[in-house]
Amino acid sequence: MSLATQDSAIRTGRVTRTLIYLVLLLFALFYMLPLYVMVVNSVKPLDEITGGGMMNLPQVFTLEPWAKAWSSAQIGVDPTGLKPYFWNSIKMVVPAVIVSTVLGALNGYVLTKWRFRGDTILFGLMLFACFIPFQIVLIPMARMLGLMGMAGTTWGLVLVHVVYGIGFTTLYFRNYYAVFPTELIRAAQIDGAGFFQIFWRILLPSSGPIAVVSIIWQFTNIWNDFLFGASFAGADSQPMTVALNNLVQSSTGVKEYNVHFAGAILAALPTLLVYIVAGRYFVRGLMAGSVKG
Amino acid sequence: MGFLDIDNTTKSYGAVEVLHQVHISIEEGEFLVLVGPSGCGKSTLLNMIAGLEEISSGEIRIKDQVMNGVHPSKRNIAMVFQSYALYPNMTVGQNITFGLEMHGIPKPEREKAMKEVAELLQIEQLLDRKPGALSGGQRQRVAMGRALVRDPDVFLFDEPLSNLDAKLRVDMRTEIKKLHQKLGTTIVYVTHDQIEAMTLSTRIAVMYGGYVQQLGTPQEIYDSPANIFVATFMGSPAMNVMPAKVALKDGRPFAVVELHDGTPAELPFSQDNLAAWDGRGIMLGIRPETITDEDAADRKSSNIAPMTNRITVTEPAGSDTFVTMTLGGKDVIARMRSDADVRPGADFKFSVNMEKAVAFDPETEMRIAP
Repeated sequence: MSLATQDSAIRTGRVTRTLIYLVLLLFALFYMLPLYVMVVNSVKPLDEITGGGMMNLPQVFTLEPWAKAWSSAQIGVDPTGLKPYFWNSIKMVVPAVIVSTVLGALNGYVLTKWRFRGDTILFGLMLFACFIPFQIVLIPMARMLGLMGMAGTTWGLVLVHVVYGIGFTTLYFRNYYAVFPTELIRAAQIDGAGFFQIFWRILLPSSGPIAVVSIIWQFTNIWNDFLFGASFAGADSQPMTVALNNLVQSSTGVKEYNVHFAGAILAALPTLLVYIVAGRYFVRGLMAGSVKG
Repeated sequence: MGFLDIDNTTKSYGAVEVLHQVHISIEEGEFLVLVGPSGCGKSTLLNMIAGLEEISSGEIRIKDQVMNGVHPSKRNIAMVFQSYALYPNMTVGQNITFGLEMHGIPKPEREKAMKEVAELLQIEQLLDRKPGALSGGQRQRVAMGRALVRDPDVFLFDEPLSNLDAKLRVDMRTEIKKLHQKLGTTIVYVTHDQIEAMTLSTRIAVMYGGYVQQLGTPQEIYDSPANIFVATFMGSPAMNVMPAKVALKDGRPFAVVELHDGTPAELPFSQDNLAAWDGRGIMLGIRPETITDEDAADRKSSNIAPMTNRITVTEPAGSDTFVTMTLGGKDVIARMRSDADVRPGADFKFSVNMEKAVAFDPETEMRIAP
């Protein structure tokens, strides 16, 4: 793929090239600016910020705001820091990502390799899930969670995110498996492998790229979700995003901007990390099947 | 009752019948080739034997056991696919033993069976590699190994050579033939290549439009084709088929065909019953290799007819020279020796081996049987 990109690059003169890089650099700087502001201000004492000069590098370097945001900042009524909420988020995100990805893979497998009457209609309906706005389902979902006795629990949130994510993960896996050779499935059938054996032994080991796409997509979406977290979480199951909001919005005392900046970075770090670790597979997986070879 | 019976089997998708009342029966150790152009239903029939497609009506029996509705893995068959269908995530060894593992055969036995097959196919040095690191011919061997290791009743091959380049294809063809002779297994083999069909098979089923046009030994198919389709599909170059008239001379039937300038040529038939067609039109079938120069005519034939006609094109192919002429208003090809003295535009005295000529009813396109 990289070879092809090189070959198809349009050859341009040196002046044009310099200009292109200059513009790109400018845009990059523009986009990096918020991150710069956040990082710089999160390692300053508060008086440096309130004294003006948001753009300046810190005169006194301190990690105090980070420590405070993590373990002792006032969130709601308790001075717990973001730490317990971070774990709430992890406890919600990890099972939700795993379950929705596995179910998406199973759906994709059935929709492409065990075709049945009306499967395309069913798939079309599942695609609707990708377009339903969050707000519409809030009240019915709250009622359902209440009926199931899962209101205000982490597992309730996991369920909500799994249900909401299945549309996307099914889409990814279905399109990926659509180009997976059916002869392999037939060969495995003749070899005596059953439905799940084919799934585990033949299909899943070849699903690396699309699994990465699904995991990154789901992880980012669920981690960053605020609305469901704010609506359905109980006091002891609130995710990081809700806690961050509570930290920043608290109306008592001095606004500790440096702590807020540190908290915001903390809340964004996991998704950043996931993307850096698996990002190159993301593009590769999204492109899979679209280009031959 | 044969070893494999396909008994009045049909296949329909909804209201559309794609395979019509197929009736084929073969004995143990036979090599059956299903041959025909694409879309003729040959792969569908193979998939029905494998159990990958349901049987709409009729029965398929292996060793007198009815296979309708039996799961593919319970039919004791093995299949080699066109794309080889090797599991990309497993090594060659794991690929070969996967079927045994799924059938719950203990590991030491699996290893032993794998070693035997690897030795037979000379792929011992490949056992730890992944399929992605193999060449086309090697993948082909592994695919056959995976089928062989199961020791099945029937082997099914679905166009296994069509992904190989020309030279390798000929080598693997010989290889498959050797294997069949050595192991004496029963094989059903699908191909669209009539040369593969002729060289490999002990029995050929020529298929077209969802019908089995003819079932017979390669010799029967080649020498006594049931109809014009079979006659022109089998053989390369194809059999020449041209309109002709039957005329009687001293009670003996002759075929009267128009030469390039419209003058009639009379070619005596060896087939006496054609006398009944006196004065009527037929389609005359002559294989290219039965039109030769005088010296190369088959000495064992009792019926060599001379015919002088103009050559339009010559195509030297090294071992043979293909000569095109106009006969009965059609382009007719003769397969001559490479050193035959032929020149385009010149008149040439051909010898036609009429013993091998066949006549077809122009209405039904069926051969007029002797």
